Amino acid sequence: MENEVKVKKGFSFTRAHLCFPYAIFLVFFVILPLILIVYYAFTSKSGRISFENFIWFFSSWASIKTLLISIGLSLLTTFICLLIAYPVAFILARMKSNKNVILLFLFIMPMWINFVLRAMAMKELLDLFGIITKYNYLSTVIGMVYDYLPFMVLPLFTTLSNLDKSYEEAASDLGANKVKVFTKITFPLSLAGVFSGITMVFLPCMTCYVISDTFGSGKVTIIGKFIEQWFGTGDNWHYGSVIAFILIVIMFISTLFTGGFSEDKNSRGTTL
Amino acid sequence: MANNTNEKNEKIIELINVTKSFEEGVYAVNEMNLYVRRGEFVTFLGPSGCGKTTTLRMIAGFDTPTSGQILLNGKDISNLPPNKRPINTVFQRYALFPHLNIFDNIAFGLKLKRVMTEVKDKNGNITYKATKLSKQVIAEKVEKVLKMVDLEGFETRSVSTLSGGQQQRVAIARALVNEPQILLLDEPLGALDLKMRKDMQLELIEMHKKLGITFIYVTHDQEEALTMSDTIVVMKDGVIQQIGTPTDIYNEPKNSFVADFIGESNIFSGTMVGKKQVRFIAHNFDCVDDFELNEKVDVVVRPEDIFLMDEDKGQVKGEIIASVFKGVHYEMTMLVGKTEIVIQDTVERKIGEKVSLFIKPDDIHIMKKEFSSNIFDGYITKKNTVCFGDGEFECDVTQLYKGSILDEEGYLITAEGEKLDLTDVDVKVEVGLKDISISDDEEAGGAVGNIVSIIYKGDHYQLIVRTDENEEDFVFDTEDTWNENDRVSVIIPKDKIILKLKAENKK
Repeated sequence: MENEVKVKKGFSFTRAHLCFPYAIFLVFFVILPLILIVYYAFTSKSGRISFENFIWFFSSWASIKTLLISIGLSLLTTFICLLIAYPVAFILARMKSNKNVILLFLFIMPMWINFVLRAMAMKELLDLFGIITKYNYLSTVIGMVYDYLPFMVLPLFTTLSNLDKSYEEAASDLGANKVKVFTKITFPLSLAGVFSGITMVFLPCMTCYVISDTFGSGKVTIIGKFIEQWFGTGDNWHYGSVIAFILIVIMFISTLFTGGFSEDKNSRGTTL
Repeated sequence: MANNTNEKNEKIIELINVTKSFEEGVYAVNEMNLYVRRGEFVTFLGPSGCGKTTTLRMIAGFDTPTSGQILLNGKDISNLPPNKRPINTVFQRYALFPHLNIFDNIAFGLKLKRVMTEVKDKNGNITYKATKLSKQVIAEKVEKVLKMVDLEGFETRSVSTLSGGQQQRVAIARALVNEPQILLLDEPLGALDLKMRKDMQLELIEMHKKLGITFIYVTHDQEEALTMSDTIVVMKDGVIQQIGTPTDIYNEPKNSFVADFIGESNIFSGTMVGKKQVRFIAHNFDCVDDFELNEKVDVVVRPEDIFLMDEDKGQVKGEIIASVFKGVHYEMTMLVGKTEIVIQDTVERKIGEKVSLFIKPDDIHIMKKEFSSNIFDGYITKKNTVCFGDGEFECDVTQLYKGSILDEEGYLITAEGEKLDLTDVDVKVEVGLKDISISDDEEAGGAVGNIVSIIYKGDHYQLIVRTDENEEDFVFDTEDTWNENDRVSVIIPKDKIILKLKAENKK
């Protein structure tokens, strides 16, 4: 009897305790900042609850234009990445395993080189052709595609190489030619990887202003840059927070579209 | 479709010298010749890696033969892609499309199909045009085939909500709805539980009878093959071992592999000792097959063909060492000398009982032995020598574990640094026909026996030396001349004794 009581009093380490470190991290670096953003977004400078920040954002052409440009640039980048990455991932996935590892490595390696360094190097290259100064938006898109391409290749490769070959064989057996096999079977079954890749490219594109600063000669402002300005030089945390809040909503909606919250285990491919 | 008897006997598919090699020098299928008649139910049977699935995949068109021809109705289709062949496949893991519902899965082939229809142009001339099947026709066909596999009303269900058995039925329906000339089935029942498998076997037989389509079925399950097929093709290492009806294959296996693979059997090493007389388990049995005198043969006896009798009544005496009740019969193991014999009988004999066995001449199946080397059962001694064939021989035990060495105390040190004592470990011993020599000096070799057979083979003699105790035979080639009944000792160089661990000793 006494023994049992003792056991209950003492601290026993269970699996649940393993998540303490992350729980602390979650509270301080995720939940609290989120609460702060929501608080600032829905209050005025005097501290009263109001919607004036939202009214400011949607009545200012400059901010709406920035939002639209960000979305446009990100969509274009994502689309180009997809166009380049899909065939590459497809070929890599179909190769004999010893060859594709090396090639996949070549595609993934840039991810290991410092991101800013990579951007600077690409900028120098584009400068040689005079693209940077003449075409700010074009060079921004080139920079984004260059930087985010590996993030599209990897999930596509994973999905395509895990795709059971017997599906394609079955389709071909049932009378589908190579084009039909791709459009009716391979592509629909790789949508998980496509969505995964889109999420991994589209969302960072919206906010990562290092690329637009480097490649756009300071003339391309994306929504991330806008937030930074209001928190920094603009010194209005309420405006900054409202933009961040709107961005969260947009991201939430886009994730809904790409099936990120779907329960179906097939809908999401593996990412990194 | 097969309507008249003439068509029934014609070859629908024929493989001529078909070879498939995925790697240089390694053959999945080697020089295969085979034909299948229209409407037949043919089963490719064999252990995994025997080439049966590769053969099926070549017929389906997923793999192209490295050499040889595949003829469909007399026309070469070796390089035709799968979508151009009037052949459909039921896959091992069904391969139902997970993003389509049951209706769309089954209608997949129908939607791609084009049929020639008569069209009248403006001038009233009849021309032919390839058109899609109408939605209504597709719906009717899908409904019909779903009814056939007992899945009416499942049209809108998704694949993942179906049980294994139901998915199996959908896979069959998806293939059959296209009305193929040949239906290929790649171990389709492998993933089902026993009861379901039995039910599906009967249903497939029913379907085959009703539809008259040629079925080519792949399985490693001999019972399934015997139950379902008109013809069985037994394969091993990419080579056909035997083609025949289930009864033929079971009753008259062509070699010991087929005998062993189809049903349970006792396989003995025997020698022909007279006209229609064979010697094994130290007794001369009358038999119905005739082979050359002194030829080494494989003798196959089915467990149900051996009769157990009281000790003095039968042909060979022995003792019962195991008995298991199997429902209808008892499966008993009888020990004769050192040989274990499996016997099935409805009357149980107790363990330890002294009995004798009796085998009727026509139940003794004799097969030509493909003789390429001597195989013995042996064991390693304390001194790291090996005992086999009534003798003891020097050998190299380090070959049992790759990269191992012997330490001074005689223990084996493996490549991983593990220390092993090999004393009494059972091994398979293999000695080539050219690696044995004999001597008049009885002390010179590891085993002693008499020469019982000398066969002249053109440029050399093939000799058999038989030991006294267990009548173990050493077969070898020599250019020297000896006399029958000479008493000799058998010499085998240390490095020519090939040792292999028996399966149960492997980790």
